[in-house]
Amino acid sequence: MKSWMGKMKAIMLFGFLSLLLAGCGKENLTALDPKGYGAEKSLDIILLTTGIMVGVFLVVIIIYTIVLARFRRKKGDNHIPEQVEGSKKLETIWTVIPIILVLIMGIPTVVYTFDLADTSEASSTLNINVTGHQYWWNFEYEDHNVVTSQDLYIPVGEKVYVNMLSSDVIHSFWVPTITGKMDVNPENVNTMYIEAYEEGVYWGKCAELCGPSHSLMDFKVIVVSPEEFEQWITDMQNVDPEEVPTDAVAQEGQELFQSNCMSCHAIGDASSAGPNLTNFGNRVHFVGYLEPTKENLVEWIMDPESLKPGNKMTGMYEVTEEEAEKIAEYLMQLKSTDVTPESAGGLID
Amino acid sequence: MSTATTQKRSVSAVIWDYLTTVDHKKVGILYMLGGAFFFLLGGLEALIIRIQLIKPENDFVSAGLYNEMITMHGTTMIFFAAMPILIGLMNYIMPLQIGARDVAFPFLNALGVWLFIFGGLLMNVSWFTGGAPDAGWTNYAPLSLQSPGHGVNYYVMGLQLSGAGTLMSGINFIVTIVRMRAPGMTYMRMPLFSWTTLVTSILILFAFPAFTVALFLMQFDRMFESAFFDIALGGNSIIWQHLFWIFGHPEVYILILPAFGIFSEIFPTFSKKRLFGYTAMVFATFLIAFLGFMVWAHHMFTVGLGPVANAIFAIGTMAIAVPTGIKIFNWLLTMWGGSIQINSAMLYALGFIPSFTIGGMTGVMLGATVADFQYHDTYFVIAHFHYVIVGGVVFGILAAMHYWWPLMFNRILNETLGKWAFWTFFFGFHLTFFVQHFLGLMGMPRRYWVFLEGQGLDVGNFVSTIGTFLMTIGVLIFLYNIVHTYFKGEVPAQDPWDGRTLEWSVPTPVPFYNFKQLPLVRGLDALWLEKMEGDGKIKPAEPVAPIHMPNSSILPFIMAVGFTIASFGFIYQLDGPLGRITIYIGMAIAVGSMIIRSLRDDHGYYVEFDEDEPQKEGA
Ligand code: HEC
Ligand SMILES: [Cu+2]
Repeated sequence: MKSWMGKMKAIMLFGFLSLLLAGCGKENLTALDPKGYGAEKSLDIILLTTGIMVGVFLVVIIIYTIVLARFRRKKGDNHIPEQVEGSKKLETIWTVIPIILVLIMGIPTVVYTFDLADTSEASSTLNINVTGHQYWWNFEYEDHNVVTSQDLYIPVGEKVYVNMLSSDVIHSFWVPTITGKMDVNPENVNTMYIEAYEEGVYWGKCAELCGPSHSLMDFKVIVVSPEEFEQWITDMQNVDPEEVPTDAVAQEGQELFQSNCMSCHAIGDASSAGPNLTNFGNRVHFVGYLEPTKENLVEWIMDPESLKPGNKMTGMYEVTEEEAEKIAEYLMQLKSTDVTPESAGGLID
Repeated sequence: MSTATTQKRSVSAVIWDYLTTVDHKKVGILYMLGGAFFFLLGGLEALIIRIQLIKPENDFVSAGLYNEMITMHGTTMIFFAAMPILIGLMNYIMPLQIGARDVAFPFLNALGVWLFIFGGLLMNVSWFTGGAPDAGWTNYAPLSLQSPGHGVNYYVMGLQLSGAGTLMSGINFIVTIVRMRAPGMTYMRMPLFSWTTLVTSILILFAFPAFTVALFLMQFDRMFESAFFDIALGGNSIIWQHLFWIFGHPEVYILILPAFGIFSEIFPTFSKKRLFGYTAMVFATFLIAFLGFMVWAHHMFTVGLGPVANAIFAIGTMAIAVPTGIKIFNWLLTMWGGSIQINSAMLYALGFIPSFTIGGMTGVMLGATVADFQYHDTYFVIAHFHYVIVGGVVFGILAAMHYWWPLMFNRILNETLGKWAFWTFFFGFHLTFFVQHFLGLMGMPRRYWVFLEGQGLDVGNFVSTIGTFLMTIGVLIFLYNIVHTYFKGEVPAQDPWDGRTLEWSVPTPVPFYNFKQLPLVRGLDALWLEKMEGDGKIKPAEPVAPIHMPNSSILPFIMAVGFTIASFGFIYQLDGPLGRITIYIGMAIAVGSMIIRSLRDDHGYYVEFDEDEPQKEGA
């Protein structure tokens, strides 16, 4: 039995190590390689507590191993061990030491908790109103009259406040590489600040079960330089929602879009029942996870249900495949600005 | 031909016997049988979940069905598998351990088990009537209010039924332990399993009402169009989370404390040494239970309660590590210097120590608010609570099965099969859940129907699913062991493990009246004491005299049927008059049986001993 256990342990250890070597996950998704203030603070506490806990675990395992090595009953051994009642000294030791450890972990935790909840500077910096919808995200830059969906643009190295509210059920806003999560409740605005250290495109996820397509409610945080951010704001402000595309197919597409889709989708600075499509042509993904190819887009328009079960767009309009292709042509051309995910470094693959 | 008919009659007689029983041992077995059935069901759901996640963007099940699976898996495992099996064990073992002939309220006990069984069945009927509940086992509003169909109604009524049963058991156990301990069985001589039964029951008594209230409010919102959680009409959905977790966190301790009790019996028995620091173990149990009520908001760190609340709950949560640590070290020191015999029961206990320690460690880590902002609602949490619930509770249950099987079924589970089952289950368990810590930190939220390709999550999920297959094999070996033991099992000698506590002093099969003469308890580890200082026999505390026993009754079963019918009515009550009529029919049956029960005098009967043979006699 003993050699068995040893073998099992060796196999398991090997398994864990190889997994660790496989890396800490994807660079712009993992919480283990933070590139933002919140994520960095979280990792500090994660490492501190893990370190202490692994220490405790080792102590347990050492005693455990000694016990098993020394006190196994031998064949034919019928001795009755001494019936020890307890030991005041030992029991005091393993009460007091854990209390000290809890204090060591507790104090920085409390300090950071207050630090991350500090919203005193909210009035003097960039504020973004985040709205969670089943199953997409809306971002409103109130002071600048800019609205966008799915892709959140922020300047690098600046504290940015997000004020979050849900329009339906509870969602949770999580960008693991930049910041820990906070719930997006329907009854009250939750405010949190984020600060990204590096330009790039980061995955955001919804972390509270919100219905069938909960797992497809991804978004992106696009971190650009402050100049690019200014540029982006100006470009977005200057978009003319009525602007007519140059080629004929896209023109037809625009008309079809206006008559079929504008009840839910806005272009320009309005929030709407569906995602704002002002810079749709610049998306890395649309509906959270699909490559923005024309085929995908047509498929989405024709049969959204198969791509995102339970979404709120299915069955609300009627277009033919031909019309859908024209609309797709139009939508793909909605590139209102040169500040794009690509210019921020693109999605790391 | 004649043998066939007698055999047939005896099967139906056995069934009738169990339908009408009020014997704590048979009720306990019903709890365990029911729990085992739902455990297999919940396991099947787990398997489906893991198969869906074996590769990225898999389409083994649809998104809607997946959400039903996770909801039913969680609910089933907690409410209809783990808790009932533990309550079954408490039912069977605790009265024997404290030297009682039954629980305080045998009739109530029977009602409790039938409410649990029908509650569980009711909830699973939803699979066939248009969809199971799908808002997660936590059933957060407003998602649960919005959930179409009747699934969530089934959740509400199924849990309301079984919850009432659990509350009854809790009260029953408290009264039993307070009132019915044998002469000499003072509190500080009670075996640890009986202690944890008491503390668990106190937790049930205080925690379940919060859930009952939550379920009632949910029921009103969904079935009577009120608006407690409906924000548009001025309700507040966060209230659900508070009520749920005020119950939900103590629930974790309702599950783990009995497991602690089980291990506190097994370590001393197979180390041949008394429990190290008995007094500290008792106080640690109380401390854990007390602190368990103070930390519910650590499930809500991301809700936006503010830094003051978050900080307080963080410290409270970490503090629970202290009494838990005391327990771990006391178990280790129980073995230290002992004479350790490793068999299947002990293997599970030994497997528990490292597994549960990991679960406890991650618990402390989760308690650190700022870190929790990353862990919360990810696979890290999934890993954490499976380390606690599988590594703690399920290991505890399996250990208890191997340990008390000879007492309950007069057979010894096969050791070779037991060891095979343990090693596959243990290895599979770690393979399944250890990687999930990393999956969570690598950005995989929980309750995700699919994970996307190219996000670095493929390997971890694949490994995890393979682990689940191994766990499944482990469970199958255990089941095979039960069947094998039933047909070919070895009949144990009296007291096969050289036990220390009172339950090993009764003859097996255990007579229905447990103790012919109530035992006289002279100290902690009563049986061991007699072995060391006396003749190895427990002294009787009374002369042989007629024993008063309760009559069996079909009324608990009928009452439970009535409540179940009424529950169906509530579920469909918004759909037309038929629903309301069903409520009245069901209630009439339930209340009718209550009236019969109240009006009919039932004084039970006496068992007379005539030349040592028990005789049933009328009252
Ligand atoms: C009833 C309102 C409604 C109508 C009408 C509607 N949509 Fe949508 N649309 C939505 C919603 C809601 C979403 C978000 C779906 C999701 O991700 O869950 C969406 C998403 C989209 C997206 C993806 C946006 C992104 O960036 O992720 C595109 C493209 C789109 N719709 C195109 C169209 C077109 C083209 C039409 C007209 C043929 C149309 N929609 C009609 C509600 C609507
Ligand atoms: Cu969501």
